[in-house]
Amino acid sequence: MGRNATTAAKKIANVETKPLMGNEALARGAWEAGVRVAAAYPGTPSTEILESVSTFPKEDIVAQWSTNEKVALDVAMGASFEGVRSLSVMKHVGLNVASDALMSMTYIGVNGGLVIIVCDDPGIHSSQNEQDTRLFARFAMVPVLEPSDAEEALSYMSAAYDLSEKFDTPVIVRSTTRLSHTRSPVTLGERTEVARRDFDDNPQKNVMIPSHARIRHSTLIEREKNIAEYLETNELTRWEKADTSVGVITSSISYGYVKEVLPNASVLKLGGSYPLPEKKIRDFADSVDRVIIVEELEPAIENQLKIWNIKAQGKEFFSRMGELSPELVRDGFIKAGALPAEAGIADVFEIEPVPRPPVLCAGCPHTSSYMVLRQVEARVAGDIGCYTLAAVEPLRAIDTCVSMGSSIANAVGMAKSGVEEKPIVATIGDSTFLHAGIPPLIDAVYNEANITVMLLDNHTVAMTGGQDHAGTGKTLRGDETHRLNFEDVCRAVGVKWVQTVDSYDLGAMYKTLREAIDFKGVSVLISDRPCVLDPVKIKGPALAVIADNCTACQSCMNVGCPSISWSDEWFDGRHKVKIDTSTCVGCALCPQVCPSDAIQPLNRS
Amino acid sequence: MDKKITHKEPVNVLVVGVGGQGVIMVSKVLATICQEHGYQVKQSEVHGMAKRGGGVFSHVRFGEQVYSPTIPKGSVDVLLALEWAEALRWVNHIRPGEGTFISDTQHIVPPFACRNRKRGAEAGYARETSDQIISRVNKGFALDATTMARELGNERAANTVLLGLLSTTLEFSEDVWCDAISRFVPPKTVDVNLQAFEQGRAWAAMDHGTPEPVVHNDGPTPVVVGREEHEMSDFVQLDINPAWCKSCDICVKMCPERCLKLDDQLKAVLTDPDRCTGCRICEWLCPDLAITVHRTPEAARAAAQG
Repeated sequence: MGRNATTAAKKIANVETKPLMGNEALARGAWEAGVRVAAAYPGTPSTEILESVSTFPKEDIVAQWSTNEKVALDVAMGASFEGVRSLSVMKHVGLNVASDALMSMTYIGVNGGLVIIVCDDPGIHSSQNEQDTRLFARFAMVPVLEPSDAEEALSYMSAAYDLSEKFDTPVIVRSTTRLSHTRSPVTLGERTEVARRDFDDNPQKNVMIPSHARIRHSTLIEREKNIAEYLETNELTRWEKADTSVGVITSSISYGYVKEVLPNASVLKLGGSYPLPEKKIRDFADSVDRVIIVEELEPAIENQLKIWNIKAQGKEFFSRMGELSPELVRDGFIKAGALPAEAGIADVFEIEPVPRPPVLCAGCPHTSSYMVLRQVEARVAGDIGCYTLAAVEPLRAIDTCVSMGSSIANAVGMAKSGVEEKPIVATIGDSTFLHAGIPPLIDAVYNEANITVMLLDNHTVAMTGGQDHAGTGKTLRGDETHRLNFEDVCRAVGVKWVQTVDSYDLGAMYKTLREAIDFKGVSVLISDRPCVLDPVKIKGPALAVIADNCTACQSCMNVGCPSISWSDEWFDGRHKVKIDTSTCVGCALCPQVCPSDAIQPLNRS
Repeated sequence: MDKKITHKEPVNVLVVGVGGQGVIMVSKVLATICQEHGYQVKQSEVHGMAKRGGGVFSHVRFGEQVYSPTIPKGSVDVLLALEWAEALRWVNHIRPGEGTFISDTQHIVPPFACRNRKRGAEAGYARETSDQIISRVNKGFALDATTMARELGNERAANTVLLGLLSTTLEFSEDVWCDAISRFVPPKTVDVNLQAFEQGRAWAAMDHGTPEPVVHNDGPTPVVVGREEHEMSDFVQLDINPAWCKSCDICVKMCPERCLKLDDQLKAVLTDPDRCTGCRICEWLCPDLAITVHRTPEAARAAAQG
């Protein structure tokens, strides 16, 4: 696995290499490893993995979107029971959802190899927290592999399946946003067809009741020891002998930063952070003057070394928060005295950067939902999706956002507290509702909560780039399938008041929301319009501002539409507005709030 | 003409812009060319929120061996910016005294910049001119690539104009670039993109004074009126005659600052005087003429005296 310049160059010259995104490499790795069944729920930064798996032939591999991560993991588990290699993919917080299955599955082990790819998001580029999956792996006693680039992302998949079948365990392959979304050259291989194993007719192993689980727990502890021993000599653990004044222990993408910043140091590159090969680490520590551990987020490796009483330093130089970078790793080594302090590079320019926060798209159907919610001054329990962007000005109409599906049960609790005077509304997207919103809706009806649920149906999983789900009538591979009807589902669980409204009709939205709030009990208002970006980009005829009519009142700026900005004209000391015709999709929300009729179809203005 | 970059160390190109401008396409063209010339390439970008109007950036690094997928601050050899404020956001990442700065002078003003409701407020957008930047970097190009592309018939080819400039700073031949561009742009737009590329190269070869940043408007440059009113005071006084108010709620619903309410008696009242900007929407819309907005102390006094 040694990778110096010459071998890298040779690879490029002789073997088929292709630049692949980390996620594409993981998918390719799964296909090459002979995986038969793959299931996932989309979530940044993991989404492209299953999309990429679905580009391989149907005959080779099943690729499906599941309703949520737990379902996806259970599907993979089922395939493993039947003796074929299976895969489940999720983002870090998805593993929380799947954890109930995982914590039993680790006791059961596998028949066909089973790998869970979990993508962490250090730096919280697009998540609600930055939990470290390596700690979860330790908790579940499931080995974790951490590739450091796309090449390893591919090769580690086969290693993971070998590990899984050799030691009868599910294996987590952990990626991070940076690895998942970095493109780098990958050596392509062929698919290995793996023979199906017979179903293991063994209730003591496959049925987790107390008497079986007690026995399996001891197997688990034995397994931990065996895997650690295997990693002592396996090529997943790599000792790069060099300058011995500093020895660095690292894994994952942090390895790249270490090589960039401290190219001459001795490095013990670990294939993963759990379990750890104790003897190898001791030998490494003995061979160098001092050990520095470089790991992103939690001190997973460092804590284990402390338990073993191996002298090492880490988190005193590198933050427990956020994403590492070459700059931060350099700073850490300077702080550690492993690099000479250097004068920081002074900024040549003193420039205050223009803030450019993400916003809801021009024509986003969520916009009107939050405009009317702000109008009725509701207490709004939000949920996970693009619409969290409505938590900030100018819409500022979301009061809470916790996790997938939390909104409805949060609203139930708000109502049951008996202290809230505002109308209580839960807002939840179509896919989030399917993912984790139905049990709390049943709870709301069962416990007779007086709440309104606004179901924001934009016909796609928008936040992650427009994936299909049970409510779109299409599968991951684009085939037609049953299309779930949201009104039917709500009525079936006992909701008596259900209405669907066109999201672009502001008046109807407002009037219907008032009716829904007035209804005593659970009411569901479905705000219905397709996302303007996915699955097809919607572009209607643009609107324009009749400058003479504009009184610069800024009402339309309250829509928060990125197509509307200030023009160079003024009225009464304030900028008039203009509409960028190239990005306006003609949703016609802004003319509905313009008090002076200044916004008209382009050809009429 | 220009000195080509031939470092042994990885060459670092940072491509930045706004979601939808084609940052990823530009970096893919470059990464592909490097890959096909036997370099190891890493190209790193962050998806997710970027699509929703946020800034987008893509790190491209190539060399014999590339470890870190991101470019350390102060090590950018070429900054390629598709939008002016994004160029400024990253300009300090350029290798001091060595790097090259290439930017479109196009302004994409985010809605966030147009929030200030105070009279006379300007958009919170970059004030720096291209002269100020170009004069202080080792080598700099600032050009109105968007207009150049629009005149060629496709505004979206602006990023290819900039690729033309980029091509003059790197070692790869013109043919190689044209070939890669042809593969990455939509088939119908190959011709216009190749023309845009040539224009970019031609622009780099010419000797220019640096142009001023240009604000793109949809129409002809409008006459600036009302600016003299910046000096007007922020004085606002709202008189609401409760006897005439019939609780129709129109002013409350239409107030852009959301600072009106119906009180216990269902009469309109100003709840948050600090937020009221005196825009007069309530005065104009009130069917009962119950609201008067005074914009000077004198007017307010005169009204009080009847």
